[in-house]
Amino acid sequence: MTTALRKERIDRCIKAVTDDIFCISSLREISYLVLPRVIPIIGLVLIAFLVPLYWKKVLVITFMMSIMALSWDFLASCGLVSLGHSLFFALGAYSSGAFNHYLGLPVYLSIPFGTLSGAMISTICLYPALRLRGIYFSMVTLIIPLMLLRVVEVTKIMGGTEGMTALSPLPSLPYSIMISMIALWAAFFGLRRFINSDYGLIFNALKDNDRAVEASGLSIVWFKIQAVFIGSGIAAFCGAFMTHYYMSVGMSAFALDLSIFPIAASVVGGVGTLAGPLLGAVILGPLSETLRAFGTFRIVIYAALLGTFVAVLPEGIFHYLSRKYHQIERWVEVAGGVSEN
Amino acid sequence: MEYLKIENLTKRFGGIVAVDNVSFTVEQGTLLGIIGPNGSGKTTVVNLISGFLKPDNGRVLFKEHDITGLRASRITNLGIGRTFQMVKPFYGLPAFRNVVVPLFSPRVKRMGGHLGEKDSLALDILEDIGFERDSPVPYKAARILPHGYLKRLEMARVIALQSELIVFDELYSGLTLAEVASISPLIEKFVQTGKTVIMVEHRLKELFKIAHKVVVLDQGKKIAEGSPKIIMKEPEVKRAYLGVELQRC
Repeated sequence: MTTALRKERIDRCIKAVTDDIFCISSLREISYLVLPRVIPIIGLVLIAFLVPLYWKKVLVITFMMSIMALSWDFLASCGLVSLGHSLFFALGAYSSGAFNHYLGLPVYLSIPFGTLSGAMISTICLYPALRLRGIYFSMVTLIIPLMLLRVVEVTKIMGGTEGMTALSPLPSLPYSIMISMIALWAAFFGLRRFINSDYGLIFNALKDNDRAVEASGLSIVWFKIQAVFIGSGIAAFCGAFMTHYYMSVGMSAFALDLSIFPIAASVVGGVGTLAGPLLGAVILGPLSETLRAFGTFRIVIYAALLGTFVAVLPEGIFHYLSRKYHQIERWVEVAGGVSEN
Repeated sequence: MEYLKIENLTKRFGGIVAVDNVSFTVEQGTLLGIIGPNGSGKTTVVNLISGFLKPDNGRVLFKEHDITGLRASRITNLGIGRTFQMVKPFYGLPAFRNVVVPLFSPRVKRMGGHLGEKDSLALDILEDIGFERDSPVPYKAARILPHGYLKRLEMARVIALQSELIVFDELYSGLTLAEVASISPLIEKFVQTGKTVIMVEHRLKELFKIAHKVVVLDQGKKIAEGSPKIIMKEPEVKRAYLGVELQRC
């Protein structure tokens, strides 16, 4: 008879935590805490400035899509699962395009104004749906961008099917890379700090149980408005930025890809962690570019890879990695146990 | 002055009349019990008072203000706190963080209960109702806590809100006798400190020990009202609870 073995997981006891002071006693412990935060930041800077020109352009788009994924994950952790993130992107893109095209505002004004007005219009668009929960809310978010797309096409506002072209460009590629990277880290650390604060707790609570939030004397609609404003504002910034990066804005801003990518990135990386969707987006963005060599067949490979990811690591890459990093795993004998084989 | 007055409250769900023309009043500083067989509309009455449902007919007057049909969060901020029969904690959060959420409500800000560090305020409240501060219990995620603690967590919310009128919806259901015995004194303490309590309850024995007045509902209608000593002797109440006694021929 073989003895049964069981996998034991022990948390690494590296942090000595008192009420509010972290007692860190050695360089090893400092690096244990700091390196996972510093290496990605420095790594991305190095990669962004060392790769060839084509990949630099890919990286700018990847950074923007990562911000979209962050925004999606934030809304999802407030219980607002969006199936139409392209709505926020498009409203930001069209707003900043309009500010630049019709009012002649320079880039450094049209992007912030476009972001703000994009967030405001998105919030107004979704306001009637905020009383809905779960899948019903998601369905409305799926419908609104499809509807607005046809509105633009039929009424020919904002340039109609041709869109608005010859908009002011961003200064230069290194600037674009820098702005997009700073925006990415600002969105990531900002959102993480916000959601972990006492005030951010209410947004987490919305997902868990909105009736209990209401019974706590807090209006769920008001807090959902705030959540949608923040989430859509972040996505609208991506739209505003990309408008000036491409120097044009058109109906492709409503593309379904823009709604699907943040979801795919979050699922691959791990929903609800913010770091996960970021990781997922940084992997999926360049991956889909690499697969361009396969022509239209790339969608098949891309989908197959996504499916494999979800089947093998349903918790997401980030959950898996952080577990491996924070815990010691070992096989121990089960007392009195009998092996399964 | 009537503290809480329910007038001709009616609520229909499709063809079913869940609450049918119910009226009663609650005096300040007393404990009212609402009892009745399953499906008699007790929880619906609670939902109508606390604003989670809007009545089809009738009024709810709190301190002579009409609060009928206001949003639940507004009613909560006026001072009516409620607990849920099916416990509704924030499962993902640690127990004490559950209590931090109500500390952000406008009511708590008005009453000045939000000053100081929120985490320790929450731990203070939990300590009062039996979560040992030094034990790991308040720091555990609500999803892994046993049912008795979750019921206490529901109570912690109304304590954090400093509600004047507290509506407990079947607080005792699913609890052991020992747990009921440990929670009953907390409720008596609410009444002693001048708060008004409405309890919807199936555990009649425990309820009658502490209630000042009892309202009996059956199939949405109020069939009796009075002190707990005499209420069970009424023939209507007996019929609702025990069924009709056949006459022997």
